[in-house]
Amino acid sequence: MAEDSETTKVFDAEAAASLMKDLRGSYASGKTRSYEWRVAQLKNMMKIVDDHEQDILDAIRADLCKPDQEAYIAEISIMKSSCMRALGELHRWMKPEKVKTSVTTFPSSAEIVSEPLGVILIIGAWNFPLLLSLDPAIGAIAAGNAVVLKPSELCPATSSLIAKLVGKYLDSSCVRVVEGAVAETSVLLEQKWDKIFFTGSGRVGRIVLAAAAKHLTPVTLELGGKCPVVVDSDINLPVAIKRIAGGKWTSNNGQACIAPDYVITTKDFAPKLIDALKHQLEAWYGKDPLESKDLAHIVNSHHFDRLLKLLDDDKVSGKIIHGGQRDKANLKFAPTILLDVPEDSMIMGEEIFGPLLPIFTNSSSDGPASNEPVKRFVPTVGTLFQTGSLFRRQRTTMVDKLEECFDMIISRGKPLAAYLFTNNKKLKEKFVKTVSAGGLVINDTVLHFAEKTLPFGGVGESGMGSYHGKFSYDNFSHRKSVLYKGFAGDSSARYPPYSDRKLKLLKALLSGSVIGVILALIGWS
Amino acid sequence: MRDLETDLEELRESYTSGKTKEASWRKSQLNGLLTLLKEKEKDIFNALEHDLGKHYAEAYRDEVGTLTKSVNLALSSLKDWMAVKKAKLPLPAFPSTAKVFPEPLGVVLIFSTWNFPFGLSLEPLIGAVAAGNAVVLKPSELAPASSSFLAASISTYLDKKAVKVIEGGQVVGEHLLGYKWDKIFFTGSTQVARAVLTAAVKHITPVTLELGGKSPAIFDSFSSSWDKEMVIKRVLGGKFGTCAGQACIGIDYILVQEGYAPTLVELLKNGTVKMFGENPRETKSMARIINKQHFSRLKNLLDDPSVKSCIVHGGGMDEHNLFIEPTILMNPPLEASIMTDEIFGPLLPIITLKKIEDSIGFINSRPKPLAIYAFTRNETLQKRIVSETSSGSVTFNDAVIQYAADTVPFGGVGESGFGSYHGKFSFDAFTHEKPVLSRAMISEFWFRFPPWNDNKLALTKKAYSFDYFGFVLVLLGLKK
Repeated sequence: MAEDSETTKVFDAEAAASLMKDLRGSYASGKTRSYEWRVAQLKNMMKIVDDHEQDILDAIRADLCKPDQEAYIAEISIMKSSCMRALGELHRWMKPEKVKTSVTTFPSSAEIVSEPLGVILIIGAWNFPLLLSLDPAIGAIAAGNAVVLKPSELCPATSSLIAKLVGKYLDSSCVRVVEGAVAETSVLLEQKWDKIFFTGSGRVGRIVLAAAAKHLTPVTLELGGKCPVVVDSDINLPVAIKRIAGGKWTSNNGQACIAPDYVITTKDFAPKLIDALKHQLEAWYGKDPLESKDLAHIVNSHHFDRLLKLLDDDKVSGKIIHGGQRDKANLKFAPTILLDVPEDSMIMGEEIFGPLLPIFTNSSSDGPASNEPVKRFVPTVGTLFQTGSLFRRQRTTMVDKLEECFDMIISRGKPLAAYLFTNNKKLKEKFVKTVSAGGLVINDTVLHFAEKTLPFGGVGESGMGSYHGKFSYDNFSHRKSVLYKGFAGDSSARYPPYSDRKLKLLKALLSGSVIGVILALIGWS
Repeated sequence: MRDLETDLEELRESYTSGKTKEASWRKSQLNGLLTLLKEKEKDIFNALEHDLGKHYAEAYRDEVGTLTKSVNLALSSLKDWMAVKKAKLPLPAFPSTAKVFPEPLGVVLIFSTWNFPFGLSLEPLIGAVAAGNAVVLKPSELAPASSSFLAASISTYLDKKAVKVIEGGQVVGEHLLGYKWDKIFFTGSTQVARAVLTAAVKHITPVTLELGGKSPAIFDSFSSSWDKEMVIKRVLGGKFGTCAGQACIGIDYILVQEGYAPTLVELLKNGTVKMFGENPRETKSMARIINKQHFSRLKNLLDDPSVKSCIVHGGGMDEHNLFIEPTILMNPPLEASIMTDEIFGPLLPIITLKKIEDSIGFINSRPKPLAIYAFTRNETLQKRIVSETSSGSVTFNDAVIQYAADTVPFGGVGESGFGSYHGKFSFDAFTHEKPVLSRAMISEFWFRFPPWNDNKLALTKKAYSFDYFGFVLVLLGLKK
């Protein structure tokens, strides 16, 4: 059977070329274009999730020790709603969009026709292993493309389940799964795809972009970043705490691209906030979180060690005010809160992607120890140096006014998401105006991921392109302009031999002058 | 390159100051462009005449006029384009609001090219400033008069601290690519496009590529002489009349049913003479070839004896004046360069097919072009062309005119590029649509959070499937 041979044989360059040839042939046959084919695939995608819910939850639990309810909310329910939306809206999405035409091209009519791009490569991530492979595939299939999925190898149970279920339920002449790691991904990337959709880290995202550049292949990158949470003091604390803590620790124990990465609050409010967080964590996970069954594990020892290293720094480990417990053998890591780590520490230099939550009220007074500007984010060192030093002078009073912390956020590049908790209208407005991120949420965290009417994607370092709902459909489509020109009189002003008089007429035409057009139609030249 | 560093710092500072985001700033830049186009019209005509031998009517039609139209559209639409859009949310999300805020990307880089040195520089620029970005424009060094004019006038008419023109060739281009940009907009060849994409990897910079390809014109038969005359003019205008064929959306070659071919050739020959005169070089109605390198390239296409023998009209070349007269060929070999490479010049091959419908398969066996043209009244054929081929755009019964349409996106697919612009699409090309979800802090669904149990799971399932009734039942303990 097709899927068996792909998992037992080595997937090398030859296999990749052969796969591409198959899919190109299937795509060229036109079968993926029909509404019926797309609907059939989407219905079967729905069946995968409906009929195998328990298998999916079991696989995700085996790979990540993710509690069932978390996996249900974050992966299964979103998959279902994606399928339902695509099925319900596909007819409308597939319709050509009629547009007005202007006097300049009179007489004419025009429309924009959405057509599939061709053969798509989707590379999934490990933290939401089902969702981040299959959800983009829903968009690609709805748009009429042939698809190759490469689920993350860090979740072997889910990866092989996806391979099995896709092989069983979807049309394997047009939708295929390739399992594997770096070697397999590399040979896939050598092929010429009509689009690549990648979810993962910036480091690998760059590898994908470089491979795509050779073939002029368009790419969507869903990356990450340090998603900040700014917390004002005038809020409904019990509700806010649930949303902040929930966004952080019930999202795969902080291993999520849109999970809150760090918190900024005022010096005065911090004690209240920290106290509330501690109580909430105990209510959810008990006195010993390592014993709780409701906390997802760290994906593997490599990432576990990475998180340990972030805490290793002397200047950082002393700032732990809650948690810190860990069990490497079982890859368990308790929710950990830190207070005012140095801004230039490693934990603040990269995306945490784990259960550590630094809180800033006042930056550490380490003086000019490391004025190393974050070079990645501006074209010249000079400019950043200027803002960097300005910023350091303000450090001790920085968060007395929350507005000033926006600079801190901006200096770290554009994250995938940024969050603000406040009832202050002016602060909200300033936040929205000043902070650029993939998406913003006021008074909640992560929820925008579930809203299908909002585009989900990054900007700057957090990625390019977006999806969800119709944005998924558009992501995998080419919007083709179709112009129908009538046969009524052309202005001869368009054509040589040219003259001053023609120039005058052209001016009238291009400025949309109706009289100019009438004269042209009469054939005055 | 010291000045470049200072320039870029200034741009970044201008952007960070927030001034380019203001509607007033954007309007002032657009008005500046409008004034430039009006006051400096003659200078623009002169520059184009110098660089390409373009007649001022052609220059107006293809560049100044369309640009004026585009700036006016941007000015009248700016408020709409900048407006925050509301997104619908489902009931369980109540009470929340969702809005999408268009925000500029930051500091953007526009690479222009030489065939429409004003149009291809300023059309993207219109979008970039309308969207509130700071801009660097690098015009093509192959059109030096246009490039230096742009450098001088942009700094006079626009905000020189936020919009800069940097002149130069490949070295300057490569140097610019070493910096971090929030977007790169590139018009040009596939070869250079690859270098641009590769450079963009380092900073994960989004790119729009406006490339080219071999844009075919499918030519069906017409019975009415009115129709014939009209479409022939449009074909000739879309080939020889548009920068002497040096246009990414110019007609590259024609596909025609073999029985109709002789008629077509006659029509084209006669039409060419009527439009461009017996001696086209004398009539100044056609642009010249940009430089010696491209002239030689085009000459080489015809040098191949198996191609030369196919010439049925024209073929005259004047190397000194870089002029090639309108040239028509009949069925050159498909493996010859003239049929494998984008021609980008006034050579028009006609390829005959057994049936006109075969043109679909012919086009599909080749890379996706920027434009497909079809001259036909046959609606069945039209429908088939739209649904069975893929290209940046399709235009029926005219050519090149889609460039002036601003309600449809202008861009390629596959080898002809990705991304699009013109009209609002220009604004969008330089914008990040930022969703903002705003929630009230009334209360929270307790079942969203741990510790988990079956009851919570049941509630979640009901809520997420919008099964409100079932939700209430579970809540009341009447259902599992």
